[in-house]
Amino acid sequence: MHELAITEQIADIAIRHGEKNNAEKITDLYLVIGELSTVIDESVKFYWDLITEDTICAGANLHFQRIPAKFHCLECGKEYQLEDGELAPCPYCHSSKMEIMQGKEFHLDSINII
Amino acid sequence: MTKKISVVEKVHSANDQLAAENKQQLDQANLFSLNIMASPGAGKTSLIEKSLEQLKLDYKIAAIDGDVATSIDADRAAEAGATAVQINTGGQCHIDAHMLRNALMELDLDSFDLLLVENVGNLICPASFKLGTDKNVLIASIPEGDDKPYKYPAMYQDVDALIINKIDLLPYVKFDMEYFQKGVQMLNPDLITFPVSCTTGEGIEAWVNWVSEHIEDKKVS
Repeated sequence: MHELAITEQIADIAIRHGEKNNAEKITDLYLVIGELSTVIDESVKFYWDLITEDTICAGANLHFQRIPAKFHCLECGKEYQLEDGELAPCPYCHSSKMEIMQGKEFHLDSINII
Repeated sequence: MTKKISVVEKVHSANDQLAAENKQQLDQANLFSLNIMASPGAGKTSLIEKSLEQLKLDYKIAAIDGDVATSIDADRAAEAGATAVQINTGGQCHIDAHMLRNALMELDLDSFDLLLVENVGNLICPASFKLGTDKNVLIASIPEGDDKPYKYPAMYQDVDALIINKIDLLPYVKFDMEYFQKGVQMLNPDLITFPVSCTTGEGIEAWVNWVSEHIEDKKVS
């Protein structure tokens, strides 16, 4: 549900950087989203056209790069990933003490302008 | 001709900036603040009412209540002894830093010791929007089930205290406390946890003591 607010934030950032670079039009946005970020691509796309109508972003393509979640076990020190998208204890030593190394990213990496 | 422009900016940067400004305002007033999050019906307003019974004896308290509509929660907080401000989010599923900033303008921050922000009932969206409060508190409740940390990891990861409410219902509901706590530990090791019942009052004292200690710390800082 918070994709509306998020899509507005994405458009604001893109337009600000586009205007700074004297863009006539923004054609592409490259977003980086960690697997643990609660953002749904489809919902962002849905709001995108509504929000960017009449802006330099109108009609721009959204590209999503998904970053897989990675964990570091605090007991045995090994790294592991999500098991079927589910949070699970360390597959090597079964400890549930871990830290998240990546997967929480959520930023606008770059834009293409003309 | 297209040209590639490097941006590398966090999508939440505008909200994060406003949250930092809220934090600065609250710090200047030495006002300790809590952002209370939970699913609908977990007992956010009940916890606030129960905590106020004790806390209002020693402290001046403001409550900001976020809801999609109505002022029922703010009315309850006011009835319980807080100076209450209602935020109607107009359909938004969370309070953001901008809404909190507007609500803060309605309060004379220097005259309070504690600010309770009651977020919109939701386990997904509020996790993404920082407000600038000192501590984020999550209320889980027994009837919701023991699988919530596994289903809503983002929410459990970023909180500073966890309340497990409605423990008086444990004999009647299937809830595996060990399984629940294992999920919590994975996401947030060493998270301070308060099992309570707002109905019987069990466990409330430990929670109120924790809040009081933080209020005192912030007063002298």
